[in-house]
Amino acid sequence: MAKFRKERKGGQQKLNTSSLPDIVFMLLFFFMVATSMKEVTMQVKIKTPEATEVTKLEQKSLVSYVYVGVPMSTKKYGTEPRIQLNDSFATVDGIQDYVLQEREGMKESDRPKMTVSIKADADVQMGTVTDIKQALRKAQALKISYSARKAQAK
Amino acid sequence: MAKKETPELNASSLADIAFLLLIFFLVATTMSTDTGLARMLPPMSDSKDDDAPPIKERNVFTVNLNFRNELLVEGDWLQVKDLRAKAKEFIANPANLESLPEKTETEVEFFGLYPVSKGVISLLNDRGSSYQAYLEVQNELQAAYNELRDELARVKFRKPYDECSDAEQKAIKTIYPQRISEAEPKNYKK
Repeated sequence: MAKFRKERKGGQQKLNTSSLPDIVFMLLFFFMVATSMKEVTMQVKIKTPEATEVTKLEQKSLVSYVYVGVPMSTKKYGTEPRIQLNDSFATVDGIQDYVLQEREGMKESDRPKMTVSIKADADVQMGTVTDIKQALRKAQALKISYSARKAQAK
Repeated sequence: MAKKETPELNASSLADIAFLLLIFFLVATTMSTDTGLARMLPPMSDSKDDDAPPIKERNVFTVNLNFRNELLVEGDWLQVKDLRAKAKEFIANPANLESLPEKTETEVEFFGLYPVSKGVISLLNDRGSSYQAYLEVQNELQAAYNELRDELARVKFRKPYDECSDAEQKAIKTIYPQRISEAEPKNYKK
């Protein structure tokens, strides 16, 4: 006669977790490769406008950013929109130097492809943006991109 | 001497360490790529008086944006939502109207001789207009071009513009070149 024997004698069976680190490491490497650290600490509040026809900015190494918005700490810096380049506030006159500096940091072959992305808050007045555009023209940085979020087409 | 067995390493904490790192990168990561409307600025001209030949009135589509974010298109008030259709009509000029831009026969790959419009869109904004409104206008103009290109791609190649090959896209771009001129800023006295 067949005999049914109880396999378990109390206590739980141990799970083999030796492959767990491998799986976790795999995920870890994926995120390490895919990650791009925030380069600047934002000093200004920016909520970019929405648009439906946006295109992606290719190759992050070719893109320099100009931030425009109301300062984070309004007590210290007031509520007038300010320009931020790298980590600090700047004026329109500083843009030319900034563009030159960014251009110096690029490979010779990449310099003509340099793009300046204007990240401006939706409530900023066009006067500031126009000044920036004029400064960029003076600095010969003609490829620009108006940063906008992708909106769903109606 | 008896052979010593290598003691097994306790690797149970390895997973914890790896998890810790994983969570750090998960939090620190930003996957979103930057998106935006790409534009080319005109080069700075040094001389005050430019020698460029004047462009005919019928070839220019003037869009003005004032400080109340209102639109004046070709001398008429217009809502932003109507701008796309009007811009499309201007660029394509399907009925070859006298008031809309003239066309020149140009040799284009895949198409042969094709009448290409000479139209230019000129966008002028006040310093007081908001960036949001400005981008909406830019977006509508871009949409007008994109829709025209897409329509042409569907008629000619029977597929959407995005799926066309590089050569086909280039041909369509020759027929509908994106000519949005951001005019020199003007200072209006209040």
